[in-house]
Amino acid sequence: MNPTMEWIVSAGRAALIWLVQLQLIPILIWFERKVSAYMQDRTGPNRAHILGIRLAGVIHNIADVLKLFFKEDVTPPGVRKFYYLLAPFMAMMIALMTFAVIPFADTLKLGSLEIPMQVFSHNVGMLWIFAIGSFGIFGIVFAGWGANSKFSLLGGIRSSAQLISYELTLSLSVIGLIMIFGTLQLNEIVRGQGGLLFGFLPMWGIVLQPLGAVLFITSVIAETNRNPFDLPEAESEIVGYHVEYSSVKFALFFMAEYVNIVVASGVMTSLFFGGYGIPFLPTEKLIEHAQPVLLGFLAAHVILPAILLVPCRRWSKRLKQLYTDARRIEADFLSAVLVLMALGGLGGIAFFSLNPLSGYGPNIVAAIVQFATFSAKLTFFGFFFVWVRWTLPRFRYDQLMDLGWKLMLPLSLVNIFITGLVLLLVDSLK
Amino acid sequence: MKVASPKLTFWEKLYLFEVLKGMGVTLGHFWKNLFNQSAMPTVQFPEEPNPLPVRHRSRHRLTVRENGDPKCVACMCCETACPARCIHIVAEESPINAIEKRAKVFEIDLLRCVFCGYCVEACPEDAIRMDTDDVLVVGDRREDFIVDLKWLLHGGDFLERRRERAETAPVQGEPITPPTTPEEDQGWPEGTPYHRPKLPAGWQTNAKNV
Repeated sequence: MNPTMEWIVSAGRAALIWLVQLQLIPILIWFERKVSAYMQDRTGPNRAHILGIRLAGVIHNIADVLKLFFKEDVTPPGVRKFYYLLAPFMAMMIALMTFAVIPFADTLKLGSLEIPMQVFSHNVGMLWIFAIGSFGIFGIVFAGWGANSKFSLLGGIRSSAQLISYELTLSLSVIGLIMIFGTLQLNEIVRGQGGLLFGFLPMWGIVLQPLGAVLFITSVIAETNRNPFDLPEAESEIVGYHVEYSSVKFALFFMAEYVNIVVASGVMTSLFFGGYGIPFLPTEKLIEHAQPVLLGFLAAHVILPAILLVPCRRWSKRLKQLYTDARRIEADFLSAVLVLMALGGLGGIAFFSLNPLSGYGPNIVAAIVQFATFSAKLTFFGFFFVWVRWTLPRFRYDQLMDLGWKLMLPLSLVNIFITGLVLLLVDSLK
Repeated sequence: MKVASPKLTFWEKLYLFEVLKGMGVTLGHFWKNLFNQSAMPTVQFPEEPNPLPVRHRSRHRLTVRENGDPKCVACMCCETACPARCIHIVAEESPINAIEKRAKVFEIDLLRCVFCGYCVEACPEDAIRMDTDDVLVVGDRREDFIVDLKWLLHGGDFLERRRERAETAPVQGEPITPPTTPEEDQGWPEGTPYHRPKLPAGWQTNAKNV
């Protein structure tokens, strides 16, 4: 592969991942509002619309962004301007950078050409995540200190103390997994999880390391400043590190939080839930059975919209009773989209049954299916974060520190010890 | 005061299983509401009407006789009974001999009204009622909310009426003339931009600061 091609491929991968991360922000915010509403027996946002199309509240995100962009951007007098302006960019940039090592599909082999489906495919893998991830604290510290306000300074200190405490557990809880797979390269770890334990259990991280997984999930929630550990932000109760920020600068912090969730979901998926892998269907098998998998994929594309069409028609009737304005046609519009999707799926099935995959086809199909699997898992864990937030009450600060230092840190050390012991036993039995 | 904290079992102390239980509860609600949205208590107001209680008090109306004249005899009972002093009546002689007086001006300031219903209770003629089911009263100037005899008798869309008025009435009130005596001057710092709302012609009130 010549250097120009390599540049183009790298840039393409980076752009893909960048888009995935940024695309997930509005989806997560939508989840946050709609899921929390349904959990509390409310309806959630459903007013903002474009030509009657509301998409169950997704349009509210556009309204939010417009609002944040047109708000007055206040820079309070007396701030340390350099750090004050640097902080939001730091938070956002570092959050976006961390995702680079997470594989979103297995290495794509096109003849002699091998394209790793990671932006940054290197042996340091896990270390990159921890190293760059812990840089995120700087965004918070700069924001707290640069704003030159006592409240935001206190908020920044509180947050950085929390992040540093949980960083320890976060890194220690993964060590067991690294010991088992013997590598820091995330793609290797994901591929290792494609194997079977005792011949029937998928070797996912959560099966191999249940304690490690629980510790990791808990501390990753603390790392992303989410409930029940959301003391850094606690929007309604405590003054956090970003009090002095307004308009787009605040929006950057807000978005960085959601990008952090995407990153955390990505790491969680890759380490403990098999990454891009489908259980019982490792990459080689997937390439071998690409044709039926592709047809199944397309069949799902037909069946799912067909099933969704039933409630959509019922909803259309209700809309026509309720509204007299543009919103009447929303369900009809969505039904049309669903019908088009189903027709597209049918067309795909017809096309690929007549022209079976050949050449590099199976490899590309495998990569696409794996990317879809990864996205599905990523979205599920995004939902998981929202789910946890709207279920659990917040910890008190002393409880938070107790949990981090007195319970989770020792447990993660115990986990490493037990893992080492079991590995030694397994080795000696061989 | 000593508060007894509940004894936790071992599984409860582990916290993890309780967390999972709680997450089950929220997921149950989520699931239920996702697939049965019409069962949610939310009412999509204003598209969906929210039924008012039978004995509710909504915006006032004046009742009429068989020949279409207002029943009101301008006895001032409602104006007297009103704790918010929002009713303003100017009486005139009635052309019908059997009735002594009738209302020339009958205005209610809906911003002042506390919807207590005393005027309805005080009325000897059953001339005023609060049963219009009309709870949406919207305006952007104070005089928008002063409703007159015509509208109290015939009703209609409040917003429509507002638009009608907006065409005839000037948009903003005139600037207040600066106070002359030091007693009057108190309470308003110098240079405060204050605009007195323009009052309808013939409005008389004994309240000091309208």
